[in-house]
Amino acid sequence: MNRFVLPLAAFALLLVVLLVGLKRAPEKNNLPSPLIGKSAPQFTLPNLFDNTRPLSSEALKGHWSLVNVWGTWCVECRAEHAALLQIKQQARVPIIGIDWKDQDEDALAWLAQLGNPYERVGTDHDGRVAIDWGVYGAPESFLISPAGTVVYKHIGAMTPQVWERDFLPRISATLGRPESPATPASAPVGTGSGA
Amino acid sequence: MLVELGHYALILALMLAAAQAFFGLAGPALKRERWLAVVPSAACGQFVFVSLAVGVLVHAFVDNDFSVRYVAENSNSALPLFYRVTALWGAHEGSMLLWILVLGVWTMALVANTRALPPAFAARALGVLGIISCCFLLFTLVTSNPFVRLIPAVPDGNDLNPVLQDPAFAVHPPILYMGYVGFSVSFALACAAMIEGRRDQLWAHWMRPWTVMAWAFLACGIALGSWWAYYELGWGGFWFWDPVENASFMPWLVGTALIHSLAVTDKRGLFKSWTLLLAVTAFSLSLLGTFLVRSGVLVSVHSFAADPSRGIFILLLLVLMIGGALGLYAWRAPLMKSVAGFEFISRESFLLFNNILLTIAAAVVFGGTLAPLIADTLGLGTLSVGPPYFNPSFLVPILPLLSLVALGMHARWRRGRLGEARRPLLLALGVSVVLALALSLGVYAHPLPLTPIGATVGLWIILSALIDPLQRLRRHLRLPASVAGMSIAHIGLGIFVLGITFVKSNTIERDIALKPGQSAQLGAYQFRYDGVQEIVGPNYEGFRGQVTITRDGKPVTVLYPEKRSYWVQGTVQTTAAIAPALSRDLLAALGEDVGAGAWSLRLQYRPLIRLVWVGALIMALGGVTAVIGRRQGGLVANGAALPVDAMAPESVREHGGAT
Repeated sequence: MNRFVLPLAAFALLLVVLLVGLKRAPEKNNLPSPLIGKSAPQFTLPNLFDNTRPLSSEALKGHWSLVNVWGTWCVECRAEHAALLQIKQQARVPIIGIDWKDQDEDALAWLAQLGNPYERVGTDHDGRVAIDWGVYGAPESFLISPAGTVVYKHIGAMTPQVWERDFLPRISATLGRPESPATPASAPVGTGSGA
Repeated sequence: MLVELGHYALILALMLAAAQAFFGLAGPALKRERWLAVVPSAACGQFVFVSLAVGVLVHAFVDNDFSVRYVAENSNSALPLFYRVTALWGAHEGSMLLWILVLGVWTMALVANTRALPPAFAARALGVLGIISCCFLLFTLVTSNPFVRLIPAVPDGNDLNPVLQDPAFAVHPPILYMGYVGFSVSFALACAAMIEGRRDQLWAHWMRPWTVMAWAFLACGIALGSWWAYYELGWGGFWFWDPVENASFMPWLVGTALIHSLAVTDKRGLFKSWTLLLAVTAFSLSLLGTFLVRSGVLVSVHSFAADPSRGIFILLLLVLMIGGALGLYAWRAPLMKSVAGFEFISRESFLLFNNILLTIAAAVVFGGTLAPLIADTLGLGTLSVGPPYFNPSFLVPILPLLSLVALGMHARWRRGRLGEARRPLLLALGVSVVLALALSLGVYAHPLPLTPIGATVGLWIILSALIDPLQRLRRHLRLPASVAGMSIAHIGLGIFVLGITFVKSNTIERDIALKPGQSAQLGAYQFRYDGVQEIVGPNYEGFRGQVTITRDGKPVTVLYPEKRSYWVQGTVQTTAAIAPALSRDLLAALGEDVGAGAWSLRLQYRPLIRLVWVGALIMALGGVTAVIGRRQGGLVANGAALPVDAMAPESVREHGGAT
């Protein structure tokens, strides 16, 4: 073998490394949230639908919930809206919306037009709560366990595939137990921050 | 409608690029004279349609057309007009389009300068460029189409990443790409030479100006990127050995080696196969850089479009382009062996050392950049490679290289004599040692062990680069552009070395919490924190601090560092305030509100940091001088055996028929 083939051989070797790297790339790109496994950050936000009853993080206790950070200005949020409505129809988990840096009238118009997948919506006008939750950019979705801990975080638009692949298995691992998510009514929904 | 036309224009450009590639390569191979004539027309047509596509996308940005997904994701109606235009290359899809446009610009430049080349050779080079263009157009259309519609449209867009809302960023990618992509011409010429199996060295003569221009653009691009990171990222550093930075630095190192080995091949007919390999490698590293940044294989603070599915596509393109060229090399390079010798101490051997050391330096960067990946592949776990690896290992080849520059510049071709340059060189060395000691012990006290060495080397390079021009001036000889360019570039290198040396050894940094009225002392400078106030900008709000700097009680300047919160993306951006001067930079950046009226602040004093960028720009200026001077002053007889441009067409035609 002559020495002029060596560069080609080196390149072939490099290709193998790149290919292996590429295969593993998806795992690396899941930005793990430091919140996972910890209690969901505390918050109290104005309720989009009812000014007199603010939404607090207490509403996440006692049942599985999906916290979805969105805004009417957000391109991907529009794309994921149908998926959220579908999840709501399956009635597995109440969706708590955090309307991020948005106008109330825009948000209400958006929900009236596209349908409302949310059990409740808190309005985070100045974005402080989103900072506590470590939000990079809307939309982001968090899965919260009945104990109030963050189990999983998805960055980007929610899709039925993502829901079935990443969220459902984590919930069904505990299905059948008393804290089954199917009955949000059992949760102290109304107590809010009044406590 | 317009957007669909842009999309359509891009598809037409792909067709024309395919025509350019096919006729360019098949024409000479099948000896169809007429096919050759199609090649420049196809290249021009491709450029026109690529420009149209870019124009349409720019229009969509300016017009706030949020029915285009790419526009909606990267712009906002509150974004100033200037940034709405530069948002074009704010993310992956547009960057790819810019890449293709820049390739088109270089292709047009080659088309405009083919008169000096044999028609078949020019057609082959353009054909290779056509293949590259095809690959990237296909990649863009299939995996990264910027013309995809968003239905239904959104009322307003997601805004441009705030880090990128900056004047330096606006010009940085185009210039960097001019460098990156510019090596495609050297690559294409090398491939054409290998396809023809040329035994002469004329191809090296043709390749030189293209390589030097691309190299100069890349130097400017890297300097601009470093400067941008310095003040925009707010950390105060100017080089982080980040994968994205390395991706542009490696082609530059190899390009530097290529420029020097081209000189040997052009003038002496030596190092032919090595030069070809460098030409292929320089562009391959540019392509690899694109792959690393785009595929998500390496995670970087700069990369904004990581997508593994695109990665597979790019990998296939790499196999085609790099694998193809290296295969060609394995097949053809043995035919193109060099036939001449040289003594151990001669310019040839200095340039050989230059090449070896630069290649080692590039390999050091390459190894460090890919080490995390290789460790991962071998199952050794996660490995993080940073400045603690790069800084010392990079010095190992670079310090000897810099020490040899002064001698190498004045060594004679073929024979080992420094000749009449010997005495001035020793004089320059003596002066450099004295000056360096004075600087590192007197002006900039508390040196590191390497400080006097770095200063000596830097000064010696500058002074010895002046010897040749001064001697010619004294004897009323003309200064050829090539000599002037080389001197300027080496002076730039010396200035750069001085800058790095002192900024590394004499920087003072303090991270400190201060209440209004409190001060911190950095060297001779006193930084007094005066407080913060709230501010509101066009698309952000935030805080502006005030820091008054005095020296020996006399006011120097007032700095206003900012911390901005961009509404739409909710990102917080620290904008450092910098008082620049040639002799030193003073920097203040706002940290956090730590309560009780106090803010944490980052304060820095960095001596001579400007020399780092000024040096890089002067290096680039040297390259441009050599190229422009060569075009204009091609008839200047400078005594060397340089085949003059004006003679080229004739001599070229003779060789052209050889294959």
